Amino acid sequence: MTIKKEVVIIGGGPSGLSAAVEAAKKGAEVLVVDENLRAGGQLFKQIHKFFGSSAHRAGIRGIDIASELLEEARECGVEVWLNSVVVGLFKEKKVTIKKTLADNSEKLEIIQAKKIVIATGASENAVSFKGWTLPGVMGAGAAQTMINVNRVLPGKRILMIGSGNVGLIVTYQLLQAGAEVVGVVEAAPQIGGYGVHAAKIRRTGVPIYTSHTILEARGDKGVEEAVICEVNDKWQPIRGTEKILEVDTITIAAGLKPLIELAMMHDCKCSFFPQLGGWVPLHDENMESTNAGIYLVGDVTGVEEANTALEEGRLAGTAIAEVLKYISLEDAMKLKREIWQRLNELRMGPFGEARMLAKNDILAGCKK
Amino acid sequence: MVLRKIGYLTKEELVNSKSYPSEERFNKGPVAIIECTEEIPCNPCEVACRFNAIKIGKPITNTPILDENLCIGCGLCIAKCPGLAIFVVEKTYSDKEGLISFPHEYLPLPVTGSNVEAVNREGRVICSGKVLKVLNKKSFDRTPVVTIAIPKEKLDEVRGIKRLESKDSKYLYRRE
Amino acid sequence: MRINNHIILGKDERKETVEIKVDGRTIHAKKGEMIVAALITNGIRINRYTVKKKEPRGIFCGIGQCTDCVMVVNGKPNVRTCVTPVESGMIIDTQYGVGRKE
Repeated sequence: MTIKKEVVIIGGGPSGLSAAVEAAKKGAEVLVVDENLRAGGQLFKQIHKFFGSSAHRAGIRGIDIASELLEEARECGVEVWLNSVVVGLFKEKKVTIKKTLADNSEKLEIIQAKKIVIATGASENAVSFKGWTLPGVMGAGAAQTMINVNRVLPGKRILMIGSGNVGLIVTYQLLQAGAEVVGVVEAAPQIGGYGVHAAKIRRTGVPIYTSHTILEARGDKGVEEAVICEVNDKWQPIRGTEKILEVDTITIAAGLKPLIELAMMHDCKCSFFPQLGGWVPLHDENMESTNAGIYLVGDVTGVEEANTALEEGRLAGTAIAEVLKYISLEDAMKLKREIWQRLNELRMGPFGEARMLAKNDILAGCKK
Repeated sequence: MVLRKIGYLTKEELVNSKSYPSEERFNKGPVAIIECTEEIPCNPCEVACRFNAIKIGKPITNTPILDENLCIGCGLCIAKCPGLAIFVVEKTYSDKEGLISFPHEYLPLPVTGSNVEAVNREGRVICSGKVLKVLNKKSFDRTPVVTIAIPKEKLDEVRGIKRLESKDSKYLYRRE
Repeated sequence: MRINNHIILGKDERKETVEIKVDGRTIHAKKGEMIVAALITNGIRINRYTVKKKEPRGIFCGIGQCTDCVMVVNGKPNVRTCVTPVESGMIIDTQYGVGRKE
């Protein structure tokens, strides 16, 4: 039995929720499907204050933005199915969902949607080294979930691999949670993330080992120590520079890759952009894919930040409301122009440049 | 830029940035120091200052510029900066000592009147200090601001305190 | 170790506990918390052993995608302990390969 829904949004993180709110506010019937027990995506781990424009939620902690968004979605009448997994996306715009019901039984539902928004986000990359499968080696995001959501320390002495913003911020949050971070290891000759993030953790004495890599994690049934060493300008380990660090946990912050499986199932055209995390589905200025009626928002279109995810969601929600004739062409154009101004501003500066150029290439490649 | 390699600003980089107050201004009273030299899209500090002493404008990737004559060193901006990069320094506190106010998002919070170990940008303890004030107002949204008195000559280097150990996991802290 | 108090998260207000059994041992967990959190806080970070080489595995992604944390829960194998909440009386066993150790 196929259910009919106007707009189905796959993923209830910041991009999916803001698309839902924008479309529902204008009158569309919106269903958000999320596989977790709670919507909000990665926002509930982000206990730090966000950067960006004060006019748009800068200076507010990610966890509070999550609560605000959920409240807005509730007020707009957005329907949410939690603990439900989209297991397939079929032509034309058919969504199959393994839905968990109130009594915890599972049911397969098939929905025929008019418009679909894929907001599936991205997942952490793994870096393999000898001993990386030992208990105690985990993604930086996993450690962040443990401390900020589960309120449990994953370990006491931690080595962070990667000095991008995730590596630096999670190091800071591990310190706030009461762990000791013995160092941050960065293969490149310079620190990857913002100077202010690095400064925060340097003030606590945490060393940042640039031009270093991890060689091995050692231990009997779990991590007991790590071996790091210097690398040369060809990223090769330099013999004789090995250092042994006594740690019980190794957290890996080596970037994220977009979860594009559902977009591919529906034949959305993808392209490879390493600066955005790898293979990404293409989209136009309305965040519509190469498949009419399928929109893409947030990290699945390229790994950026929560701020850009929120704006892309708004963009798609507005574009969908326009196509479904809930708002006029003029109103839509004005809203979209404002959103694009904010998006461009968030991608300015040396840290955003590569993403800005990549996104311009995506738009060019998707011109209809 | 050395910041990209070592993770903190050197005194030279700071003094040469657009925001560092002049010695003349330091000698007039407390003033803010914004240690933010990279172009990232961010402007809560501009909005936070009631005296319009911080300018970013458009685009918001501009690095903040402090107007040292408008700044009265009230410290409201300290808790607002998402990068925790703003400090207020008072060189005129006394003959021998000066004050520094900084953000400190850790438990346990130091207790007013206690002695603490003051650290520089590398996290190295370089002197001891006395806690004069610990503010954790609701408007700070859980970014407490601590003020310590330290030897005057260390004011350009000290940017925090060594984090305190918790005696057990059930400690309390006071909101002021 | 549990984070009872935190500058941003505040105090842990969860008071209710439940009893679960892990490899026969009774441990106390906070009501509604993820199985793996209760285990880690009780010093257990091995969730399973691999099929061929019998190597230990613990959490990796923490959000239900990698399956490194799966254990046998109430007789059912391959339950992702990082996204499954505890329930009173739950029986959890280390997973050996694809099932319980016989």
